[in-house]
Amino acid sequence: MATPEGILPSPRDDAAPAAAGEALLSAEGLTKHFPILGGFPFRRKVGAVQAVDGIDLTVRAGESFGLVGESGCGKSTTGRLLTRLLEPTAGRITYRGEDITHANRKQLAPIRSEIQMIFQDPYSSLNPRQTVGTIISGPMEINGLNPPGGRERRVRELLETVGLNPEHYNRFPHEFSGGQRQRIGVARALALEPRLIVADEPVSALDVSIQAQVVNLLQELQRELGIAFLFIAHDLAVVRHFSQRVAVMYLGKVVEVGDRDSIYRRPRHPYTHALLSAVPEAALTDADEEGGGRERIRLAGDVPSPVSPPSGCRFRTRCWKARERCAESEPLLVRVAGNRVGHLTACHFPEDPTTAADAREEAVVLDPALRGVRQPSSPSGV
Amino acid sequence: MTTCAKPEDNAATPAGAPGSAFLSVRDLYVHFSTEDGIVKAVDGLSFDLERGRTLGIVGESGSGKSVTGLSVLGLHDPMHTETRGEILLDGQEMTGAGEKTLEKLRGNKVAMIFQDSLTALSPYYTIGRQICEPYRKHTGASRRAAWARAVELLGRVGIPQPKLRAHDYPHQFSGGMRQRAMIAMALVCDPELLIADEPTTALDVTVQAQILDLLSDLQQEFGSAIILITHDLGVVANTADELLVMYAGRAVERGTVSEVLRAPQHPYTWGLLTSMPRLESDVSEALTPIPGAPPSLLATPTGCPFHPRCGYPAEVGGTRCEDERPLIGPGRGSACHLSAGQKRSLFIEQIKPRLG
Repeated sequence: MATPEGILPSPRDDAAPAAAGEALLSAEGLTKHFPILGGFPFRRKVGAVQAVDGIDLTVRAGESFGLVGESGCGKSTTGRLLTRLLEPTAGRITYRGEDITHANRKQLAPIRSEIQMIFQDPYSSLNPRQTVGTIISGPMEINGLNPPGGRERRVRELLETVGLNPEHYNRFPHEFSGGQRQRIGVARALALEPRLIVADEPVSALDVSIQAQVVNLLQELQRELGIAFLFIAHDLAVVRHFSQRVAVMYLGKVVEVGDRDSIYRRPRHPYTHALLSAVPEAALTDADEEGGGRERIRLAGDVPSPVSPPSGCRFRTRCWKARERCAESEPLLVRVAGNRVGHLTACHFPEDPTTAADAREEAVVLDPALRGVRQPSSPSGV
Repeated sequence: MTTCAKPEDNAATPAGAPGSAFLSVRDLYVHFSTEDGIVKAVDGLSFDLERGRTLGIVGESGSGKSVTGLSVLGLHDPMHTETRGEILLDGQEMTGAGEKTLEKLRGNKVAMIFQDSLTALSPYYTIGRQICEPYRKHTGASRRAAWARAVELLGRVGIPQPKLRAHDYPHQFSGGMRQRAMIAMALVCDPELLIADEPTTALDVTVQAQILDLLSDLQQEFGSAIILITHDLGVVANTADELLVMYAGRAVERGTVSEVLRAPQHPYTWGLLTSMPRLESDVSEALTPIPGAPPSLLATPTGCPFHPRCGYPAEVGGTRCEDERPLIGPGRGSACHLSAGQKRSLFIEQIKPRLG
């Protein structure tokens, strides 16, 4: 694959590139409630889906920030709010110190070119009636950009950057496979030399062997071009591989945020523990076969409806540590005792920081359908 | 076509003649005729499955794993499908069986769990009624007895308040509950073989873990054989006993789960393992993807179907990988021209360090 170096012009020449570590995009108390309309004859608001409910997060320049959670936890809505594709109900979004929460189209225009998006489904996110060249040069055309050497040359450079053949300039999306289409989506996002790319499940629609190709490409771009990423995914292993900092969401709230090691090695929130223990791992270790190894937590039921989320802590209905206090007061996202700097947990009764994800003595099985604790599988065929 | 001495292992297997196992598939070919040509979805596949065991079939989209599952039940349209080979279920031939015979088996002796529970369940009937239907058809039970059985099973698979929820329609259930209801429906006649086609792909990880545990729990209770079809090696790692890795309609590697995952022999399996990030892997190291894309089944590459994406044809030497189709024997083995020693040393020297 061609290295992006030299192919892409130097970083934007307006203001100096934001120093790494500086807050690029931040949200405070960000909230999005989708109204539910009902009633006759006038459709009134009868309720609201509380998709995102007061989250705080900061993406720093040049870093890759991962957002994980199960379906319906609001991670995609968060991505769309931060790119201002959705209008937030409440809260504040700041981009490089500028409040863009309710900025209008005109004010947003210059910022939009700095924040780009990669979508999940490479089949529906590319216009089937446009050639690859038109798709990738679209953003430049809209922004009236005329790179030296012309747009076509720039598109060919971009195609090479993402590992596609520049000769494919005139082809249509249907002539490409899923992985290649996703690369086209990446090239389109790069066309405006963004500072931040919001990638919403960029690899989950791809086959396993292709996923790694796209993850590697994104990682290379992040390192070489210093683009910050907000990486939204449900696959914990992929997020761990890609992100320096990770936030775990549950039912519209961030329940835990911290650097990669804190979240994956010293998780404090019970939900993070449950998520990590549920990841199916292909690597068999000796401990697995002896029945020890990773902790085993099986929650009961599904995620509650975001229309009427539980009071207090939203995870309490599925949590094995829930007590009265969890129903009464909502835990704040704070640095609980024992956390490292920057590791915040929203829980009244956090797990022991020394409990590494693989040291739980007893399995936690809440699901009534799972009777006796399953015997460790003995794949050796005994 | 390729110079292929013999279709795989049609010689007598050491374990006994074909058919001794509960389910025995021999030289299965499933070809679909389409406008563009013949799609060779399954191209000479053999495997055995014993009662009470779980076989995991792993492969990417288009590798023929789902087609294999469907052909066991005879669910392909005979107008456009050519199915050759033997599928012996408990000694009974399934490939040429008439619709009547198959009808008696489906939902009774063999049941299937589909991936997308929302499309697999009918939106017009209540969950309870849909579970009753196969039970009444196969056992002739009364409406009341069948309903009681449905409620009992819903309770068993962990639906809260099964008496009430049996009256619900599928859209009133959440994704995980629908999948449980489908498992209940599959189990209603105590099937001896359960085919689960990507049963957890549409579910969240925490729910996926519940469903996988439930399946192995139920297997211990009912003693059925399970075919677990999935694209995720992680899913089979803790659920299956035996593993079959498929690529372009053929088996490329088989063995027990521990054998395949701890000492994989086929370059494709190596590729699958090294391209997946894991919770313990070293993050500073880039993933090692498999180059290229899966082949079109209209024109599978000659010789070894994996050779255009494989990094080791040079080790084999000559053009053997392009010309000669590698065979896979019964039991532990892989369809690859590399010698056993080469496979072992390549895995230990090049692949294992990357797996951490």
